[in-house]
Amino acid sequence: MKFRAKIIDVGCLNHFTRVVNTISKLTKTCILRLTPGNLYFVLSGKIASGGVSMWCELSQANFFDEYQLEGVAPEANEICLEVTPENLSRALRTAQNAKCVKIKLTKKHCPCLTFAAELPTLSSVSRVVTHDIPVDVIPRRLWHDFKEPSVPDFDVSIYLPPLKTMKNVVDRMKNLSNFLVIEANLNGEMNLKIETDLVSVTTHFKDLGNPPWGDDGSQGRSHSRDPELMAQTRVDIRKLQQFLMGQQVNPSKAMCNIVHKRIIHLILLHEDVSLQYFIPAVA
Amino acid sequence: MDCVVTGGNVKVLAKAIHSLSRIGDELYLEPEDDGLALRSVNSSRSAYACFLFSPLFFSRYVVCIPLVSCVLTPVLLQCVQAVFRSLSSLDKTVEKCHIELVGEKSRLTFTLHCKHGLMKTHNLSFQDSESLQAVFDKDSCSNVLRAQPRLLVDTVLHFPPALEEVSLSVSGERVLFRNYVEEEPERAKAMLTELSLSSDEFEHFAVGAESSITFCLKELRGLLVFAESTGLPVSVHFDLPGSPVVLSVTDSVLEVNFVLATLSDDLNLPRSPPPADDFLNDDIDSYLIAMDTSELPGPSNAPAQRSNHRLEAQSPVANHRLESEEAEEEETGDTERPPNKKFRSLFFGSVCPTDSQLTNQTATSQEVLASDSEDDAQAASP
Repeated sequence: MKFRAKIIDVGCLNHFTRVVNTISKLTKTCILRLTPGNLYFVLSGKIASGGVSMWCELSQANFFDEYQLEGVAPEANEICLEVTPENLSRALRTAQNAKCVKIKLTKKHCPCLTFAAELPTLSSVSRVVTHDIPVDVIPRRLWHDFKEPSVPDFDVSIYLPPLKTMKNVVDRMKNLSNFLVIEANLNGEMNLKIETDLVSVTTHFKDLGNPPWGDDGSQGRSHSRDPELMAQTRVDIRKLQQFLMGQQVNPSKAMCNIVHKRIIHLILLHEDVSLQYFIPAVA
Repeated sequence: MDCVVTGGNVKVLAKAIHSLSRIGDELYLEPEDDGLALRSVNSSRSAYACFLFSPLFFSRYVVCIPLVSCVLTPVLLQCVQAVFRSLSSLDKTVEKCHIELVGEKSRLTFTLHCKHGLMKTHNLSFQDSESLQAVFDKDSCSNVLRAQPRLLVDTVLHFPPALEEVSLSVSGERVLFRNYVEEEPERAKAMLTELSLSSDEFEHFAVGAESSITFCLKELRGLLVFAESTGLPVSVHFDLPGSPVVLSVTDSVLEVNFVLATLSDDLNLPRSPPPADDFLNDDIDSYLIAMDTSELPGPSNAPAQRSNHRLEAQSPVANHRLESEEAEEEETGDTERPPNKKFRSLFFGSVCPTDSQLTNQTATSQEVLASDSEDDAQAASP
């Protein structure tokens, strides 16, 4: 099993750092899957994370100048590691003006991802900073837990309002209630609602637009669905807030699929990164 | 003692006081013939700082014989800090600061003469004290480095703010800073950061032999904050592990010395740099196979490692206690641990015969390969 990669371009480095920072705000530990073409940051919905799951996909060619991977076996050419994104974030944080950053899978006192950044200096010899980040190698027999999630059979799919606006609203609602209801319909309308004994607050968004999904069951169902009918899900407000807090860059597309009273599926698409986040309903 | 500080020097004095308050919670104010000394030491006596302001620093400096010094207890120190609290406004509003120490009345007075004729007077009562002096001789240190504060500030940036201790190693043409991880349970999973600087980057680089010292990062940061504001180069004088390291900043009117204890049993010995671009360290496969097919090391290894290191670490602080103190335990002393277990150093893989796995994948793991049984109970799980 071998992995080595190199980033030379400062823009790519900044972009990769932003992605890692976002992931580090969403979860304390996650799985990093390395395949010849892509990197995936995966969190599979377990009780520990409160049922939240995450799938972040990066196309390696858009970030790395060099990328070499030898997986666990020829027929399973991939590497699966458990990492603490905060450590990756820390390693990248002070390397933003580096001439180049190399990432390697190494074995020091335990398996590590080693980040080595060459920093510019006034003298002839560069400064090199290395970070050895301990990781856990996930054995093959557990890989099935970390497969790409399928898009759920949603009732409504809608584009999200600007994330910053949503975050402001959710931040204030969090002061009033622990649970929030998200509802949307096929008319491009979305509401965020909280309700307590003393007060109920609803924020209405209009003209958001509904993404056209391909020829699949949900599309067929949506044809016959009353466009005014809201699909709603009640979620833990902190999970939604955590998702919104982590976003550092405006995505090119942001949408939400709602399965009535079951789950919400948030999808953010950037040029070379896609992030999917599932928040289950609470009773 | 009667002295007056004017203009920009007021801010320098304020910064010195802030810097000292990060070391210990008491400040020793000692007027001497050759200047005013401000000193502090931390509670475990492992860090000492002294700011010596020569008479030229002041627009007026008069000492009365007999010399009287005072110690500012934590409460008094807080008051004095409050006098010099807002550094940015000190610049703009304070024209001069008059400090008076009257021994017979045990009185210390700070009078700030500010713009627009405003005067702020602070009166404090103090107790006499013995003076605080540390015994150290930086000129006899075999290793001396000097660099602009910016270099060291950039260096410590790479380490997390919470990091307690840092190791400094010098060898040949390189200087290495590494974070120091002591606690065994954390060590296996701690992120290790290493910054390598070339000797070119230092204004002065005089190294006797390869050596490595470990000291507290927090105190270094305290000095760097002061040094960066003055722009003066920082000198680092050190010897063998266990001898204190002296960090100093000097100019014509001011001499600052920070004396920090170092660990005597330093596991971070200098090592040859890893080859740049190959996989010598990347032999993951045999590591994995070894993990799958053999026992994982039990927790018995862990405490032994710590115990040996701990007990050694107790002594250097004892050896390099400063004067006027009483013996104090290092706060995390684990004296009850038996020191007689053998173990291996995680960094160097010096393998003890009873140990087998993780560090060295050579002959041991190759033999085990043959049995390749997927033993579920043993295999590494996340």
